[in-house]
Amino acid sequence: MITRGILATAVASAVAFGASHAEAQNTIKVGAVLEVTGPFASLAKQMTNGMQLYMKQHGDTVAGKRIELIIRDTTGAQPDIARRLTQELIARDNVDFIVGFALTPNALAAAPVVTEAKKPTIIMNAATSVIVSRSPYMTRVSMTLPQVTAPIAEWALKNNIKKVFTLVADYGPGLDSEATFKKTFTAGGGQIVGEVRTPFTNPDFGPFIQRIKDAAPEATFIFLPAGEQAIAFMKGFQERGLPQAGIRLIGPGDVVEDDVLEAIGDVALGAITSHHYSMAHESPQNAAYVKAYTDAYGATARPAFTSVAAYDGMAMIYEVARRLNGVIDGDKAMEIIKGMKIDSARGAISIDPETRDVIQTVYVRRVEKKNGRLFNVEFDKIADVKDPK
Amino acid sequence: MVAHLIGVLFDGISYGSLLFLIGVGLAVTLGLMNFVNLAHGAFAMLGGYSTVLVMSRYGVPFFLALPVAFVVSAAVGALLERTLYRRLYRASHLDQVLFSIGLTFMAISAATFVWGPTQQPVRVPSFLQGQVQIFGLDFGAYRLFLIGVVVVITLALGYLVERTRFGAQIRAAVDNQQVSAGLGINVDRIFCLTFALGSGLAGLGGGLGIEVLGLDPTFPLKYIVYFLLVAAVGGAGTISGPLATALILGVFDVAGKYYVPEIGAFVIYALMIVLLILFPSGLFGRRA
Repeated sequence: MITRGILATAVASAVAFGASHAEAQNTIKVGAVLEVTGPFASLAKQMTNGMQLYMKQHGDTVAGKRIELIIRDTTGAQPDIARRLTQELIARDNVDFIVGFALTPNALAAAPVVTEAKKPTIIMNAATSVIVSRSPYMTRVSMTLPQVTAPIAEWALKNNIKKVFTLVADYGPGLDSEATFKKTFTAGGGQIVGEVRTPFTNPDFGPFIQRIKDAAPEATFIFLPAGEQAIAFMKGFQERGLPQAGIRLIGPGDVVEDDVLEAIGDVALGAITSHHYSMAHESPQNAAYVKAYTDAYGATARPAFTSVAAYDGMAMIYEVARRLNGVIDGDKAMEIIKGMKIDSARGAISIDPETRDVIQTVYVRRVEKKNGRLFNVEFDKIADVKDPK
Repeated sequence: MVAHLIGVLFDGISYGSLLFLIGVGLAVTLGLMNFVNLAHGAFAMLGGYSTVLVMSRYGVPFFLALPVAFVVSAAVGALLERTLYRRLYRASHLDQVLFSIGLTFMAISAATFVWGPTQQPVRVPSFLQGQVQIFGLDFGAYRLFLIGVVVVITLALGYLVERTRFGAQIRAAVDNQQVSAGLGINVDRIFCLTFALGSGLAGLGGGLGIEVLGLDPTFPLKYIVYFLLVAAVGGAGTISGPLATALILGVFDVAGKYYVPEIGAFVIYALMIVLLILFPSGLFGRRA
């Protein structure tokens, strides 16, 4: 794994090196630190798609400068590699912005580097609350996990769900979402009747699901990596007849990510989640976005929240470049970013001037079938949600 | 209480069946042929993708897609055995490990390139979904199906290895190549066929496993621990060893997760350590 990463980086930087000198003055360079290969490749793919789509739609020139995207591969959750790549992008490639970061450990590792170099850094996915507080040059266009988790607890309370069983994967994001849900839910008078943390690689949810069934809660709150874990859980949930027993499935929307939803299949029907983006979001902006995405990447391609955040991050860079007339200065860029509003496919978002974190509407959605395809259909929303801290 | 116990036992046996299905191919290549084939998961993944592909693109029903998965993986296995694997039969185990793990990485990258990094969907027939009631207890239909497949495979393999001439030739060729060749056994051919059999079983396991394990390009590494568990604890040279191992691990794993979920995830590994200390050459190990 490591050798592969080094090799890829070496080749990529050799290629970039040749080009970098001639046009240094006429380009704005964006260095993306992404998990291109390895277990999180599908997130990086969405993010790359989002960034490239924005550049394709808006041309690669802004304020007389050409925007150049340089992508580096961390090969997974590898903080030391992420840190080194960030250093290389700044020192060798002279980038003006650092972007990317699907995963929290990678983003945290880059924080001291970008602070020292004063490089504006846009977190395009990693969702742990603490990240942006680690560097005054960091902002986030995606979401925080508590931000998108708390609304489902509020929705549950409002809809007379008082007894909930929680099941989360035993890793950082899982524990964070469990903590947020418990805090909001119990503060509103709800009761947690059981909780389970499942191993990160867990091929069989049978015994856990049986436990839930025996505990007979009104709903099960889950947070699992969107992928085979979510698929396995939902299949088991249906197989053991929990919906028939009156147990609802709730959680943050990561579990039913648009990109994975078709692979989960009909067993996801009825799952109620809270999240900031669904490809079924009804707005002219989103219709245009989904159309552009499928035009570019194929009719069956499904844009997920990860692609939208990367797309919006690119929009942010273009706006900063325009306002600074193509001369990027770290401190000036951050002043422009603070309070910036973006008319996103998910609805209007803004950057909190104090925390530099994203403020956005969080929607409550239900998995439904439309024209033979599965979507998260929004039916409720909470506007202007900040990270609850 | 009794119903719970039966439920846990059933879930455990069906989980064990799944472990056996994804590991039995390795029990053949590692166990019978003594080749440390860490690329086992790559063959399983190939079977998985074959299943998905023939189902989604050509509309082949699930039950016909499974033999296709077996044949495709077996054919690719035979091809690679002829071109690559055979060169390493006499190499040290470390060389075999390095070679096969390299092959695994290539398979992962190739799968990402061809099919993309996302999960692949599979639709099993509707009568394999949901639960069926037997004596008033609910049993998962797909789980019953998996147990059935395991019974068939175990009987067929047991018969093949223990009772047929081909099986005798395999055992002879593995034990002593030179003498076997001297007795007129075509060792080359036997090894190629055996490797193809192991690869085919891996592919079949991959196809059967998608419903439970999912399928994406990281499949070969994600479940490598489980393949190795079954083959290593089961011991070399038998089919019943890996089967018993898979069932024991399955039942204890499920019981652990159901009754003591806080530590449930560790039970399977703790048990592995205990079993390997008690039976260093595997449960029904046949010393080579």
